[in-house]
Amino acid sequence: MLTPSPSSPIVHAAAVVPAASRRPTFYTLFVMLLLAGLALVPTYAALSGQAFYVTLFARIVVFAIAAVSLDLILGIGGLVSFGHALYLGLGAYAAGVLAQHGIDNGWVHLGVAIVLCGAVGFVTGFVSLRTTGIAFIMITLAFAQMVYFLAVSLKQYGGDDGLPLAASSRFGNMSLGDPATLYYVAFGFLCLLLLSGSRFVKARFGMTLAGIRMNERRMKALGVPTLQYKLGAYVIAAILCGIAGVLYANLTQFVSPSYMSWTTSGELIMMVVIGGIGTFVGPVVGALAMVLVEEGLKSATEHWMFIMGPLIVLIVLLTRRGLMGVVHSADARRAAKIAAKIAARSKRTESLS
Amino acid sequence: MNVTLFVMQCLNGMQLGVLLFLMAAGLTLVFGIMNFVNLAHGSLYMMGAFVGALVYNTTSSFILGVLAVIPAMLALAFVLEALVFKRLYQRDHLDQVLATFGLILFFNELIRMIWGPSPYYMEVPPALSGTVNLFGIPYPAYRLLIVASGLAVALGCYLLIHRTRIGMLIRAGATHRAMIGALGINIKLLNSLVFGLGAVLAGLAGMLAGPILSVQPGMGEPVLILTMVVIVIGGIGSIRGAFLGALIVGVIDTVGRTLLPAVLRGLFERGTADTAGPALASMLIYILMAVVLALRPQGLFPVRHG
Amino acid sequence: MSLLKVEALVKRYGGLTATDHFSITIAPGEIHAIIGPNGAGKSTLIGQLSGELQPDEGRILFDDRDITRLSVDKRARLGLARSYQITSVLPGFTALENVMLAVNALRGSRFGCWQPMAAARAIAAPARVLLDQVGLGDRAQVAVADMAHGEHRQLELAMALAGHPTLLLLDEPMAGMSQSESAQMTAQLRALKGSYAMLLVEHDMDAVFALADRITVLVYGRAIACGTPAEIRADAAVRAAYLGDDDTADETMNETTLAAPEEQP
Repeated sequence: MLTPSPSSPIVHAAAVVPAASRRPTFYTLFVMLLLAGLALVPTYAALSGQAFYVTLFARIVVFAIAAVSLDLILGIGGLVSFGHALYLGLGAYAAGVLAQHGIDNGWVHLGVAIVLCGAVGFVTGFVSLRTTGIAFIMITLAFAQMVYFLAVSLKQYGGDDGLPLAASSRFGNMSLGDPATLYYVAFGFLCLLLLSGSRFVKARFGMTLAGIRMNERRMKALGVPTLQYKLGAYVIAAILCGIAGVLYANLTQFVSPSYMSWTTSGELIMMVVIGGIGTFVGPVVGALAMVLVEEGLKSATEHWMFIMGPLIVLIVLLTRRGLMGVVHSADARRAAKIAAKIAARSKRTESLS
Repeated sequence: MNVTLFVMQCLNGMQLGVLLFLMAAGLTLVFGIMNFVNLAHGSLYMMGAFVGALVYNTTSSFILGVLAVIPAMLALAFVLEALVFKRLYQRDHLDQVLATFGLILFFNELIRMIWGPSPYYMEVPPALSGTVNLFGIPYPAYRLLIVASGLAVALGCYLLIHRTRIGMLIRAGATHRAMIGALGINIKLLNSLVFGLGAVLAGLAGMLAGPILSVQPGMGEPVLILTMVVIVIGGIGSIRGAFLGALIVGVIDTVGRTLLPAVLRGLFERGTADTAGPALASMLIYILMAVVLALRPQGLFPVRHG
Repeated sequence: MSLLKVEALVKRYGGLTATDHFSITIAPGEIHAIIGPNGAGKSTLIGQLSGELQPDEGRILFDDRDITRLSVDKRARLGLARSYQITSVLPGFTALENVMLAVNALRGSRFGCWQPMAAARAIAAPARVLLDQVGLGDRAQVAVADMAHGEHRQLELAMALAGHPTLLLLDEPMAGMSQSESAQMTAQLRALKGSYAMLLVEHDMDAVFALADRITVLVYGRAIACGTPAEIRADAAVRAAYLGDDDTADETMNETTLAAPEEQP
């Protein structure tokens, strides 16, 4: 098998925790704490007078959205796309170019980003998804590079230097140029994504997609038009990442070809994997970890990549299921303890009767 | 655009093609035989360029520079395999992608720390700085050397792959991976050999390209991506595909960049043509790749798997 | 009226002819077995019938419709189901989920994103029925990874039956099974006899002679004999291909397993 098949922790977690246990799992607790913490960032920033926390965590949330969209095709679909940042860039450029031409209506920004990413996703997906394994990785990378070069050559939109955002996206009275507004919009969208994701994974589309990841040959023999499913997921992921792109442009007030560079694609993959692939919450944790570590390293030395590189290699070599794996292990251990207690109890009643 | 310019661009295209072949030959074997995604192949190209340039600049001998690259790359390949790659061979592609991605960051920064971010100048060797008269067209001698040496390496690869026992094993490894293990062949040794050969070829490509492209941190990645396009078009695991794909990509990319803007200037007004021309030209080979994939997803000269 | 009609199928791999002008017809409800020594080209044949391999020459007609160039999933949707020699179920799911996906593939809605599949009565109910049918009713919630090999084979069958196929391509369904498991599977297949047409590739001669209406013998990609079990037992060419011109041919043919021929050039 050329395609990777990461096991889906969600399925295992569900099987591992007995339904009878009424205490919330570590997983649920963790997710609630994480989301609560993120929700309170602007409040904390306002209280402590450190405004930059909002921009820092907005960056985390926006990348989390992009990473979650990648997890859809990477974690559930098993499609290793090394060009996903393409859609982050396309979304950003949609906002940037429109703003450059005097259009600051947020709905138009979003609409154009969605249509653009959907169309590009459909075309590139249709061509790429006919391949698997190494070829797929290379082709997605190549397509992203193609658009990267296109953006670099568009001198009227900044070319290599990029383009300042002429006007932030406006939704009625609300402007995404205000960091706090942007934060709440992004965070709200992220929560919506996580909720939809948890439903998607158990719904027919998600289950079929996971089945295709596990054994595409079998799914085809069952009559599943696998290309349609993969393409559908790919287009959805592209659109979601495009939305993150619009948010990112507003956050940085800047649009640059570097948003769709292969290094950004690599970072997105990192976030998904170190957080916990296939879990949807994992990428959020991954985004948090990566952005914070990068910020920390960057402030320590300008040669931070010298440390980041080997760090990535070490993480890949030493860990298996990412940070969410730690949470799932805690749940698994507790479930095993409960099961052992139940078994011991039933043995005792047996010996008494 | 006159004939002379066209022929020169074709020759330049061949020169780029030959460089791409040096990169693609190693990479396609690593992909095809070892089923290993090595994104750090561009870093090998870069390391070869810097090692060669260092030796050349200190000894003023180009030959010495080229010769020094070979053991340097073999040593680097050995170290990389022992430290990192050995543990990645059995992992899935995702892990390989990420780990080699980390290596790219590391190597780029390493070079940046030692030599700084600006290009490290490597001049064309004085003996080859003139032009050679090719059917009445003056063509830079150094570029001709690249084409000649590249073709020599291609011939050498062909002989190795199709005329020696080791080559037979390599070909068998590309089509019947599981089988050669069953035949008692030392897979690990074969893999290391393939990887080492690929590293040497990549390093040589970097060294040869040094005087005409710039030697700087990050130089490997654009070449890597072009190489991947070559492999996709040619067919993964196929040396023949790598050769023909490299020539096709090299010529179309080079000729396209001069031809396309000229053609557009003839059709559209200057302003549009000057923007669209270079933009389309840089996208040209990716469009070619997409077309090839649409028609033949396994590439133009695929290896038939048993 | 034939359900499946294969006309002079040819498949070459370089110098080797894996399928050599092979023809066969299968009537609706018929169980047709294909037997032959290892290396005869049975997997290649099944691959071409299911659509994973493209023949070089010849035609495949399913219900009078030319499906030779049709993709795997399209054939499945026309009613051509398949089980695999090497168990090919979905490892990360439970038995029930496996069958539900199979049912959903041909009956459910394509892209449902919200409602959990497990809650869809229209999918779950037929899936449970299928599991009961193959004897896995009480193993529905067990993860595939925790199931025995024989249970995997039963699950394979359940998944193949999920879409109400008209023709089942069964690629060595008893592979790796014990005597009792094989007997169980044979009984199961006999219960399905008449409702589904089957192309049964098998080595287990007990099962073949118990189930088949007709048998085709495949040697080096060619059909050397085709007929009822009794005719095949008596056929001289079959004996020659398997056993040479032995006097012990009679007894050997009545044994449970057919040995591979001594020589293979």
